[in-house]
Amino acid sequence: MYETNYHRAGSIAEAAELMAKAEDGKLLGGGQTLLPTMKQRLAAPSDLVDVTKIGEMNGICEDGDGVAIGAATTHAEVAASDLVKQKIPGLASLAGGIGDPAVRHMGTLGGSIANNDPAADYPAALVALGAIVKTNKRDLAAEEFFSGMFETALDEDEIVMSVRFPGASASAYSKYPNPASRYAMAGVFVAKAGDGSVKVAVTGAGQDGVFRMPEMEAALASNFAPDAVAGIAPDADGLLSDIHGSAAYRANLVTVMAKRAVAAA
Amino acid sequence: MAVEGIGARALRKEDKRFITGKGKYTDDMVLPGMGFAAFVRSPHAHARVKGIDASAALAMPGVDAVLTGDQLVGDGIGNIICGWMIHSKDGSPMKMGAWRALEPETVRFVGQAVAVVVADTQAQARDAADAVEVDYEELPAVVDPLSALEPGAPQLHPEAEGNLIFDWEIGDEAATNAAFDNASHVTRMEISNNRLVPNPMEPRAALADYNDAEEHHTLYTTSQNPHVARLVLSAFYNIAPEHKLRVIAPDVGGGFGSKIYIYPEEMVCLWASKRVGRPVKWVSDRTEAFLTDAHGRDHRSEAELALDADNKILGFRVKTVANLGAYMSLFSSSVPTYLYATLLSGQYNIPAIHANVKTVYTNTTPVDAYRGAGRPEATYLVERMMETAAREVGLSPAEFRRKNFVRSFPHQTPVIMCYDAGDYDVTLDAAMKTADYDGFPARKAEAASRGKLRGIGLSCYIEACGIAPSAAVGSLGAGVGLWESAEVRVNPVGTVEVLTGSHSHGQGHETTFAQLISERFGLDTDAVSIVHGDTDKVQFGMGTYGSRSGAVGMSAIVKALDKVESKAKKIAAHLMEAAEGDIQIEGGELKVAGTDKKLTFTEVALAAYTAHNLPEGMEPGLKEGAFYDPTNFTFPAGTYVCEVEIDPETGKTEIINFVAADDFGKVINPMIVEGQVHGGLVQGIGQALLENAAYDETGQLLTASYMDYTMPRADDVPSFSLSTHETLCPGNPLGMKGCGEAGAIGSPPAVINAITDALGSNDLTMPASPEKVWALAQSGMKQAAE
Repeated sequence: MYETNYHRAGSIAEAAELMAKAEDGKLLGGGQTLLPTMKQRLAAPSDLVDVTKIGEMNGICEDGDGVAIGAATTHAEVAASDLVKQKIPGLASLAGGIGDPAVRHMGTLGGSIANNDPAADYPAALVALGAIVKTNKRDLAAEEFFSGMFETALDEDEIVMSVRFPGASASAYSKYPNPASRYAMAGVFVAKAGDGSVKVAVTGAGQDGVFRMPEMEAALASNFAPDAVAGIAPDADGLLSDIHGSAAYRANLVTVMAKRAVAAA
Repeated sequence: MAVEGIGARALRKEDKRFITGKGKYTDDMVLPGMGFAAFVRSPHAHARVKGIDASAALAMPGVDAVLTGDQLVGDGIGNIICGWMIHSKDGSPMKMGAWRALEPETVRFVGQAVAVVVADTQAQARDAADAVEVDYEELPAVVDPLSALEPGAPQLHPEAEGNLIFDWEIGDEAATNAAFDNASHVTRMEISNNRLVPNPMEPRAALADYNDAEEHHTLYTTSQNPHVARLVLSAFYNIAPEHKLRVIAPDVGGGFGSKIYIYPEEMVCLWASKRVGRPVKWVSDRTEAFLTDAHGRDHRSEAELALDADNKILGFRVKTVANLGAYMSLFSSSVPTYLYATLLSGQYNIPAIHANVKTVYTNTTPVDAYRGAGRPEATYLVERMMETAAREVGLSPAEFRRKNFVRSFPHQTPVIMCYDAGDYDVTLDAAMKTADYDGFPARKAEAASRGKLRGIGLSCYIEACGIAPSAAVGSLGAGVGLWESAEVRVNPVGTVEVLTGSHSHGQGHETTFAQLISERFGLDTDAVSIVHGDTDKVQFGMGTYGSRSGAVGMSAIVKALDKVESKAKKIAAHLMEAAEGDIQIEGGELKVAGTDKKLTFTEVALAAYTAHNLPEGMEPGLKEGAFYDPTNFTFPAGTYVCEVEIDPETGKTEIINFVAADDFGKVINPMIVEGQVHGGLVQGIGQALLENAAYDETGQLLTASYMDYTMPRADDVPSFSLSTHETLCPGNPLGMKGCGEAGAIGSPPAVINAITDALGSNDLTMPASPEKVWALAQSGMKQAAE
């Protein structure tokens, strides 16, 4: 690891100020990707600004028919939240399946979505549930927020404060993990809104990160059953292909995981 | 603790320090004034080194020196050796390319070191290593062993034309060909054995300290065999004469073979310490370990099995190409030859065997012995062939094996080995009973009703351990003898120190070896210390690998104990005015049979050292040493049964049940043996399902971290059902055979046989990744639908 300066911000304003002063600052939101990357000497930020101890960025509260979750809330807290389990069970179960217990107790919602790893779990939930990402500058719809592999709509000095998840009448996430990293090779979040509309979002498989499956959504809107999506697969052309799975295999996994998510919802 | 002898499930004496973080590993050693080494490594698989510019690095803070291969060669440091000479079938010796610890001219694999930086801190050394500018001229690379043998392939070493190291054979070719002429059925397969990365928990490390006043070197290092390291460093690498070089292998966190060898980094630290005048430490990071620890396996084979009309085996013909990587590592030549082809007879009567093995250079990390070393490759080949042949001729896999089992001993195979003892029916029957093999069809039907595919597979393995009879291996090309030494020192107060040439890096020697003394003298195991891993303390030893510490290392201790016992009895007889033959040792006391006269072991030990009243002419003291040279290999064997359930939609394979019935001969500590089997099975299952060292065409290692190299985890394996069945090894005093590698040797074919049974397709290579299994399951279902 290259040498770096660590700062613990007490407020969002202080975090923004520290970032502005830093030569090449990085926000630290749990560090489950950033720190291993730094240890491998693949990243060398001059300053790390830890935002996980900022009070207003922590915690989970009811928000209309859904929940609002502070960006510094850990995956373990989301997984264990009675409120989340009651309102959006698929989101709680997704959080409970991220990484391993150590990752879940350090990693945070904001850290995960700001990194936008194409194999991370949370982007699927945000997109399928139609979540709103609240930053220190503006509100961003999830589909606007995730703009490509490891890319988001965030400005350099923009800090994710919280995410608002609308409620769902049914929701579930099913993923097939990469055998080595246990990241998603294909993770499918299915959410049925109160009005009966359905969104299906896929992570782990797409070359540009999370994407929706409109054909599945239409099929499920008229028949919310696993069989409805059994014959629908994404075009393998836009999918990732690596030593763990070809694009064709991932396309199959998307279908299978969608079926299982619908069955579990 | 307690008196815990042979057969006791004694808790591990060493665990308190490991579990409480008090272990002392190489990286825990801190010396005053110590500097840190960081290596400059090639990013290319094959390139000419046109120049090295260290000026920027030398100007960086804390940097002492940047040393290169030219300086190393200039200082007379020797090339890295391969310690086992193999001759091709035409009589020519193996073709060894020069391997320098820092390469001055041509790098041949990604990660090969070309320079080393020594600086005040590890961070400074690494920053400076990044700043060393190396001018490379890239050359075409070859990573596939079959491609490397093709005309026009990139040439690695001038010494080895066409990248062929040797073209070796074993067995009677004419007799084998004749067996095929008379066959009523021939089973043919192409079988590959995937390349693995050993991944011990503790990465390699070295701390070298040169004392210029005494011209003496000390090396703390992660070694399975510190004396062999000292011998090689001294005799071949010209670091220092042996009496001026102390090698200490303190607590070592696993090896699996990868810490047998003397690598460039450890040797460079010794040389650099003298050059820069301060202790030099290097600790491998995990990526360096992936790139530079010797890899395992990587065979491509064609095999043919000839059967007669009664399904008895007539002959076995094998052609294997073994990828040795870019250089010949210490035992690399022996692994695909005498540790592999000599086991091709399996547990079976096979009248004629012929094997041809070609070894090749490729632009990949050097390959050497890894847990099992040759025997897993042989077992995988034999046991997949046996299962396949049984399916082809319509016999049950068990019945076909029983038809061909060796049942009389000693049994001379056509490939050197002479099996001394075993009972293969017993382990097969036990494993099948525990696995409820007969109930499998019902379980398969139940799984099918849930849309799942079930399969069951057998593996009846045999391996050769207890390496090895020195004269025999010498005649086959080994550069050293493979005996072991031990010294038993009884202190005046009756406590015992055992100095052994075996090295424990996870095996629990401090416990099992102490149990021998507990058994012999009735002493508490806490009254015994096992001393190992330091060339200044232990006179000499060959170290730990090939499951040899029990069968060879403990046999040496037994020989020394015999001498101690004999002397103690002489002293006791003298003191109690009895005949030596009447002295019995029981419960920590030496008694005169048939009387109430007795002395405690402590009293006898004290008498030996006070020397006030010893038999006439007897030297004082109670300390004896012994060297034990085995008379034969030992032959652990057993049967493994694996039952799997496959999800055809995803290709995920779940191991539902895994049964191991092993014959390890005499078992000293069943708990430790079970632990060895557990670990071995997990590594074997890892090879079968998960692990694979993958290179791209340019020679970049694609699996250089745990993000891509799939290590087995606890949730990948079931709770194992184990049993042991003892036939004593007649060749050593305790009847031990060895248990350290069996799990890794026997399990891969059981897993793959189970998966191919479930899929109804034999076209599967390791690792049986979800995608491969899914593709076969889909095509199987398509065929069934048509």
